[in-house]
Amino acid sequence: MRVKQYSVLPGFGLTLGFTLVYLVLVALIPLSMLFFKTATMSWADFWQTMTSARTLAAFRLSFGASFVSALINAVFGLLVAWVLVRYDLPFKKIIDAFVDLPFALPTAVAGICLTAIYAPNGWIGKYLEPLGIKTAFSPLGITIALTFIGLPFVVRTVEPVLQDLDAEIEEAALSLGANRWQTFSRVIFPTLFPALLTGSAMAFARALGEYGSVVFISGNMPFKTEILPLIIMTKLEQYDYAGATAIASVMLVISFILLLLINTLHAWSRKFQEV
Amino acid sequence: MKRRNFIRLFVITALVAGVAASVAFAEDKPITLLNVSYDPTRELYQEVNQAFITHWKEKTGQDLIINQSHGGSGKQARAILDGLDADVATLALAYDVDQLFDRQRLISKDWQSKLPDNSAPYTSTIVFLVRKGNPKGIKDWDDLVKPGIAVITPNPKTSGGARWNYLAAWGYALKKSNGDESKAKEFVTGLFKNVSVLDTGARGSTTTFVERGLGDVLLAWENEAFLAIHEIGKDRFEIIVPSVSILAEPPVTVVDKVAKKHGAAEIAKAYLEFLYTDEGQEIIAKHYFRPRSEAILKKYADKYPPIPLFTIDELFDGWQKAQAKHFSDGGVFDEIYQAK
Repeated sequence: MRVKQYSVLPGFGLTLGFTLVYLVLVALIPLSMLFFKTATMSWADFWQTMTSARTLAAFRLSFGASFVSALINAVFGLLVAWVLVRYDLPFKKIIDAFVDLPFALPTAVAGICLTAIYAPNGWIGKYLEPLGIKTAFSPLGITIALTFIGLPFVVRTVEPVLQDLDAEIEEAALSLGANRWQTFSRVIFPTLFPALLTGSAMAFARALGEYGSVVFISGNMPFKTEILPLIIMTKLEQYDYAGATAIASVMLVISFILLLLINTLHAWSRKFQEV
Repeated sequence: MKRRNFIRLFVITALVAGVAASVAFAEDKPITLLNVSYDPTRELYQEVNQAFITHWKEKTGQDLIINQSHGGSGKQARAILDGLDADVATLALAYDVDQLFDRQRLISKDWQSKLPDNSAPYTSTIVFLVRKGNPKGIKDWDDLVKPGIAVITPNPKTSGGARWNYLAAWGYALKKSNGDESKAKEFVTGLFKNVSVLDTGARGSTTTFVERGLGDVLLAWENEAFLAIHEIGKDRFEIIVPSVSILAEPPVTVVDKVAKKHGAAEIAKAYLEFLYTDEGQEIIAKHYFRPRSEAILKKYADKYPPIPLFTIDELFDGWQKAQAKHFSDGGVFDEIYQAK
């Protein structure tokens, strides 16, 4: 197998070596600790930890809420990116900077702010409460927090692709007789789709591991609003390192499979586009 | 030529840096102590440290630097196990300190008998914080299980403080029913039916109660309740002292192995013993913890009314057993929620 390809820049061997060392040091060794710690458990214990009703409920909640929040971000993140790229707005630079704020804010602060707003006595919560909508301390609140922290991912991945997409292409589609929906669904969306998918996948993965902001807004009721990272924390609080890492490794494996699937889908859609 | 200049410059810089570093290390550094503690003791130890540094300087002429680290009690214990160089550990419950022996032998098994009063120089208890005027008329534990009363308490699985709350309620019911465990479980189940938010830590629960305006009553450490009242306003909350409660004994210990390695074992011991002196006990009383000294407790009797208090050892046979029975996975606390 010939790995080396001709390149104008020298140093392939060195950079490959560096890449490998870097990845191993930064990602692989820390992650492998997870599996080593998990391996100290017997299969029976492992199975029991995974299938306890409480853990399963947390699995459902964590994956469900993360998925919904990624979906919300896919739709509205796309919209935000579209507006930021295609329209000239006053203070556009400032609005643009707002998108990144969820990145910069410590997640605990985000959690406290969101809870303050959505609690039954908060600015928004007090209007939702009489309608019978419970936001803070419910799965809805968790989804809101996860949507908040995932927002930048979709916007920032879709934005550069949209910038590269000339408005002339739309005009061309229009002049060739496509209606507005066709222009969107046949011309614009397929170009954006890979970026949108990547962005949503990142938002999903980020949401899955989120702890800091969620514990404040979720209320942490067993079976109702306990997220997986919280279950992991409760295991650690009992000095049950193996149980904690076991759940973490299962989460990691599932996320890895999901991301792999998405990447495959990504590659496939790109191929589809080239044809 | 240029390259040679560069190399020379590099070598010189390296040499200078090396010499500077070795000089810095050779200098007589003041001794540092690290006190790894739990969350609500931040202000307490700030003042204790200042007082002890002055005390030590007068006594020995040595300069001291005392660093503090605060966080959830369990998290702090894990940090020490993972290698945080704590000379002394001052945590929320003996169970967390026990781990320092159980898992790595950082301390000896009899650590709790090395200092007076179970190695707990200050105590606290669990009281109720209610809204001003006590609109729901909450007077004692029995009022907490009444329908329509919203109780706020943190999650015992994640919060050391919450475990004291839970055990206080359990102990009350146990005492009332003359030791009937099933009655106690029924009572605690009823109590948690009235809980709608389980924050991960005690401060989180205080925030939920005070800032979010949720709940009619907050189960809180006495020191947290005092702090909430003094920080947020006497006109909004009041403290209700129940008829009986638990004696919370946050223990302190020298982390022998670490302190010995630093050559600070003696100072660390003196530091903890300082907490038992009149000066230390005064500072403790000022920061809303109950002092052990009878004389000083009497001095602050209006602040700390006498309550009949039971201990963990009396009713639960120590922390290890209480933890295993109530809070481990599949324990009584989990059963309460499984049954729902």
